[in-house]
Amino acid sequence: MILQLITSFIAAATFCILFNAPKRALLQCGFAGMVGWILYLQLEKELDTVIATFAATVVVGVISQFFARYYKMPVIIFSVGGIIPMVPGGLAYDAMRNFVENDNNQAIQYAVQALLLSGAIATGLVLSEVLGQMLRRKAR
Amino acid sequence: MDSTSNNINTSAHDIIDLCLLAGKIMLQSGAETYRVEDTMTRMAAALGFPGAHSYVTPTIIMFTTSRTEPVKLFRIAERTTDLQKVSEVNDISRRLSERQLSAAEARERLGAVDDSAHAYPIWVQIAAAALTGACFTVMFKGSLWDALPALLVSGLGYAAVIYLHRLVQVRFFAEFSASFLIGLITFFSVKFGIGQEMDKIIIGSVMPLVPGLLITNAVRDLMAGHLVSGLSKGADAFLTAFAIGTGIGLVLSLF
Repeated sequence: MILQLITSFIAAATFCILFNAPKRALLQCGFAGMVGWILYLQLEKELDTVIATFAATVVVGVISQFFARYYKMPVIIFSVGGIIPMVPGGLAYDAMRNFVENDNNQAIQYAVQALLLSGAIATGLVLSEVLGQMLRRKAR
Repeated sequence: MDSTSNNINTSAHDIIDLCLLAGKIMLQSGAETYRVEDTMTRMAAALGFPGAHSYVTPTIIMFTTSRTEPVKLFRIAERTTDLQKVSEVNDISRRLSERQLSAAEARERLGAVDDSAHAYPIWVQIAAAALTGACFTVMFKGSLWDALPALLVSGLGYAAVIYLHRLVQVRFFAEFSASFLIGLITFFSVKFGIGQEMDKIIIGSVMPLVPGLLITNAVRDLMAGHLVSGLSKGADAFLTAFAIGTGIGLVLSLF
């Protein structure tokens, strides 16, 4: 568990270096990634993977909105770091590898799941954005 | 009369150019389609053209300020993810809207942003990729012993991508050969007992190359109604994943 906390923090922060995120945003990116990943791991034990991803993304999105307001930077900087551990890159690769190895059934399964997961992430991000907008309108 | 209308025309042209430059930087840096459109129309509105229209896809920006102005077009050939540039252009456009910057100042700053290089030196990027690969190997339930070869392999893989991109202009070739390299080294390190689970090491190590974010952005664009952008980003992601899968698959079929 602690190992997962540390690795997800480092993974999210270093991924943001590859994406050339500003230096002063790296720690926050790592934090968002860590929260998202741990939440996902906990939820995944009881719920469906897609729903767990969706819920974790919503939380990441809300955290990113908050960071974006506070540090006056676009939301995407933080949300990218936050969702990176959950993004189905590994699945997309698995799908392609199975296609290449001529195991089409397995490949389609992976591909569909990757698509569903990215759908869940995208919906989660949009939902958190909508929530943020509603709250802001109420505050006015 | 003639000279004033000429004046208005040139300033309109300048403003179109300014907005296009901002849009170009953002799109090349991997901003979402709606953000690019939003930023350009906001900048135009701040400079006195409230009715600006834009059409943005991953490869092209079209922009006009009004019905009487011709539409200008910009072709985007290369795209990376560069959050620093997205953030800076965002900042410039916000200041422009708040009248803290003049159009000339904004143009100067945008030019500087456009010319600026990646903020982190290459060895830092390679080290970051190596750490990312190792951490992902652990996160995907690989053991700590697998993280060690993953550290080496993903660093080498990312370095290969960077250098091959400069060397060869063919798209996806760098991804293909880098993942071939990753597969090869992983295979031999497992064979010589440095790592245990080949699958875990490979998945962790290809993570810095894999287009996960692109897939998510594609779905997001589709949901926002940017159908053309969504589909073309999806195709881009598919081809990249295909190149990586082929590279690894080749190693697996060779041995």
